[in-house]
Amino acid sequence: MKIQKIIQITAVFSLIIAASLWYSQNHGLLPVQAAEEAVLYDNLFNALIAIVTAIFLLVQGFIIYSMIRFRRRKGDDTDGIALHDNFVLEIVWTAIPTILVMWVGIYSFDVYTSMKGTDFMSMPMAHHHSPISAEQIANLAMPAAMADTLPSQPEIDSQQAPSGQLVADSSLPLVIDVSAMRYAWIFTYPGTEIVTSEMHVPVGRKVKLNLNAQDVNHAFWVPQFRLKQDTIPGITTNMEFTPNKLGEYPIICAELCGGYHGGMRTTITVQTPTEYDSWLKEEAEVASNSPQTLAFRQVLKDPTQMSDREFLTEQAQAMRIDKDLPTEIHDHIDRMNHHHMHEMASYLTSATSTN
Amino acid sequence: MQGSTIDSANVVELEHSDDATIAHTAEHHSEHPDLRVFGLLVFLGSEGMLFMGLFAAYLTFRAVAPAWPPEGTPKLETLLPAINTVILVSSSFVIHQADHAIKKDDIKAVRWWFLATFLMGATFLAGQVYEYMHLEFGLTSSLFASTFYVLTGFHGFHVFVGLTLIAIMGIKSFKPGAFLGGKHFGIEAASIYWHFVDVIWIVLFLMLYIL
Amino acid sequence: MTQVIERISATQPPEPSSDTTHWREYFSFSTDHKVIGIQYLVTTFGFYLLGGLMASVIRAELATPDTDLVSSDLYNGLFTVHATVMIFLWIVPAVTGGFGNYLVPLMIGARDMAFPKLNAVAFWIIPPAGALLLSSFFFGAPSTGWTAYPPLSILTDQHVGQAIWIFSIILLGTSSILAAVNFVVTIFSMRMPGMDFFSMPLFCWAILSASGLVLIATPVLAGAMILLGFDLLAGTNFFNPTGGGDPVVYQHLFWFYSHPAVYVMILPVFGIISEILPVHSRKPIFGYKAIAFSSVFICILGLVVWAHHMFTSGTPDWLRIFFMIATLLVAVPTGIKVFSWLATLWGGKLRLESPLLFAIGFVSMFVVGGLSGVMLGSVPVDIHLHDTYFIVAHFHYVLFGGSVFGIYAGFYHWFPKMVGRMLNEFWGKVHFVLTFVGFNLCFLPMHLLGLQGMPRRVAQYDPQFANINVICSIGAFILAISTFPFLFNAAWSWFYGPKAVDNPWNALTLEWTTSSPPHPHNWIGEPVLATGPYDYGVPMDEFEEESMFTGTID
Repeated sequence: MKIQKIIQITAVFSLIIAASLWYSQNHGLLPVQAAEEAVLYDNLFNALIAIVTAIFLLVQGFIIYSMIRFRRRKGDDTDGIALHDNFVLEIVWTAIPTILVMWVGIYSFDVYTSMKGTDFMSMPMAHHHSPISAEQIANLAMPAAMADTLPSQPEIDSQQAPSGQLVADSSLPLVIDVSAMRYAWIFTYPGTEIVTSEMHVPVGRKVKLNLNAQDVNHAFWVPQFRLKQDTIPGITTNMEFTPNKLGEYPIICAELCGGYHGGMRTTITVQTPTEYDSWLKEEAEVASNSPQTLAFRQVLKDPTQMSDREFLTEQAQAMRIDKDLPTEIHDHIDRMNHHHMHEMASYLTSATSTN
Repeated sequence: MQGSTIDSANVVELEHSDDATIAHTAEHHSEHPDLRVFGLLVFLGSEGMLFMGLFAAYLTFRAVAPAWPPEGTPKLETLLPAINTVILVSSSFVIHQADHAIKKDDIKAVRWWFLATFLMGATFLAGQVYEYMHLEFGLTSSLFASTFYVLTGFHGFHVFVGLTLIAIMGIKSFKPGAFLGGKHFGIEAASIYWHFVDVIWIVLFLMLYIL
Repeated sequence: MTQVIERISATQPPEPSSDTTHWREYFSFSTDHKVIGIQYLVTTFGFYLLGGLMASVIRAELATPDTDLVSSDLYNGLFTVHATVMIFLWIVPAVTGGFGNYLVPLMIGARDMAFPKLNAVAFWIIPPAGALLLSSFFFGAPSTGWTAYPPLSILTDQHVGQAIWIFSIILLGTSSILAAVNFVVTIFSMRMPGMDFFSMPLFCWAILSASGLVLIATPVLAGAMILLGFDLLAGTNFFNPTGGGDPVVYQHLFWFYSHPAVYVMILPVFGIISEILPVHSRKPIFGYKAIAFSSVFICILGLVVWAHHMFTSGTPDWLRIFFMIATLLVAVPTGIKVFSWLATLWGGKLRLESPLLFAIGFVSMFVVGGLSGVMLGSVPVDIHLHDTYFIVAHFHYVLFGGSVFGIYAGFYHWFPKMVGRMLNEFWGKVHFVLTFVGFNLCFLPMHLLGLQGMPRRVAQYDPQFANINVICSIGAFILAISTFPFLFNAAWSWFYGPKAVDNPWNALTLEWTTSSPPHPHNWIGEPVLATGPYDYGVPMDEFEEESMFTGTID
């Protein structure tokens, strides 16, 4: 009799565990995985689904069983057993959840640090970086070979940078500035003149976003990447991801920002490196005199930091180059470098000030 | 109908105390000590959390800001506030004497101590108004200015409430028999509240002027 | 009439003369805790219906992907006021002010609350504050969500509405602080002789913990509201980055209150469930001390988890990790409660009528909300799910599947005591089935919506989600319909239901030792503490070892 009980209980538990494990692999609740972070995320999510499904089945099964088994029969006005407590049982159901949540905590921590790269562990070191980091330089329009020598040599020889070369170096992160405003996203590709309302990134290369908001809080969310980051006016926030699947995915604003919050969305296109390069070139060509770009730049103009155009003009005058530069200025790569230096400098100041 | 019966029966007692209903209708509870002091302390604990929240906000603003007070903010004058602080802190000792006196049913002494506390508190408020009028920054000049005005203003409001309490109790004490025979919750409440206002000011003063 | 009353009261003490409460009492500034409790329950239920009406409009709007029923601004106003009404005018006042006021003095053998007048003041703040909040619809309703994050709430077009919102929140917060002061003092100082803390019904423990949270956290919200009000109306820049302010500070202050607020809404309901399960299972509550202490433990932990609402706000990493661990730990005391309730059911004689059905429904639904809560406690998981429909599903499972089911259970359980008449059981079951089906149909699919990529607080959404949203809307309408059986049942039974005996459920807590409805002074003589609150059941030694734990399967 007793052994029979044990067998029954073991069978029920095994069934519940098997069902939970099966469900955790076949739930189909999440959208397509399109970034390496999503893979990490989904593993954690599936593990949690297994745990919560098991507990769900256990509790609901217990409730339904009790409701049938222990329902009051007609005419039975007696009481149940005077069972006040059971020390062992209580210890067990305190200990098991404690261990489970601790495990969830540790696993989550692990996933979190992996998703954020090494940032978390090396955070105290952040202030010791050289003023211009290799990653930012990698966005410069220059051959990949050049970039390799850069980390040890932060000063860029402007004469040697050939113009019109827009080759992305896939070994270093691509940095994109994201500015959120009601009800649009503006993406600036530092090192180029590209300012767009849709994001394009090459597949397989790490992307670093510096996010800012122009007016109220927004949040940058790509469900297929499983990543979200609030954009807060006055504070630069960061986000990293490595897209690993070609395609177009929605960028959704996830923080209430006003009446048309629901309409604040755009797309991110993950392309092959070749496609991405040609997109870069195309965009760079239109960028220099497209009214859209100028409009975007006007929007991004911030009283605390000069607009690129103003900066370029000033730089040009200081360097005693051609006086009527503003129209041609974008063709000159050396000035572009200076322009970029300015932008980098402003990131760094904003980054250090928020730290 | 019967419901209103209870009310009319209790009207007289209700004027004297919040507890009248209990005292009247439930004899076995009347031996409880006066719970209002306990209630007031719980309430003040909660009220203290309001200031805690504002203090925490202030300290965070301060910690996050690149420079505090922001450059260009004129230095705060500390002499007047320091004198003010001394006045307010000593008034706490003064009102404590009233608390002592009422326990001996010495209502005359209570009146004098209350008058002294009232004058000291009024001086503090006047000093604060004087300070406001001579500051070079306004409410919206900077984040520092805003926090300064809101914190001191909010405390000032509490001082005002305390003064009102003291005044009301002072006036009530002229009613024959008032606060005598152990029924001195009003006096005690005014005094506890005044101590509370005082403690908040000490923290505030240290935070705004000294730190 | 008045003369008669005066003569009666002049000639004899009021106690023997009055054994019922006149209906006009309920519309007056009564200081009777039972009257105030019912005033709370009826008033807040009215607000619940209004909030539900707003929810119906919201779901009607979301039945299609486009903004076609109401304007975007009105939509935002609707969900903002819906949330504010449901939290501040329904669940918080109903579970603390309503059930707390009615039951605490009766359960601890007191004649009234410690400060009856203060109690009445706390109640009478609520109707005007609620009316004020609702009046904002005439000026452009506050449309920045119940979280009112700056800078949006400072730059909003609905300036007047936002200011009204701030003001009514401060009023409602004040009311709940005053009520909490009363509960703490009453429970500490007015227990009848012979009742120590551990022979107090668990509901009192729950109210005590919830009141502690109210006292500690609500003032901080008031502080945030004051600063936000200055930003909005006086042009300061506390939370406006263009003037050097910091919007994240607001989020900290806000969530320091608003996360504990969840426990303020759920702890008293835990208490209600701990009362109902033993009575209707005919068994002692399992693990009294574990449940009592877990309330206190939840209360303490609840104060240090607030930043888990801000995992995507750019908070420092170490802070996220700290808050993640604290958040996950909340699952432990909560789990203890759930398992203890389940063990209370085990081996009982379950009287499967409306009170127990709603109570079991509570446990079942709350577990879903709790489990999704554990998932959200994990930082990486939350980053994807924050501000999506998954969150909407999660907190409705906690606050509707949890709190509202618990409130309904409490209504069915204590209605005979409060009114002196029984509710109709058939319509009670209809109510339960409709609520249960409607609720799950409405909120279960929302988990999927959030996971797949639908953000919350949107009036228009990606057409790929249209079908699931239609299901949710149908569920919401069933839920709306489900209130009618209850409403009619309660209204009819109040006047025409069969008379209730003093102790229809054969329960052991003190409120059942007096008449139904209770005498205005609770007991005509002195209350008698004959047993502990949960001394149900046949003694263990009369049971065979075999049937005790495993049960006999015939």
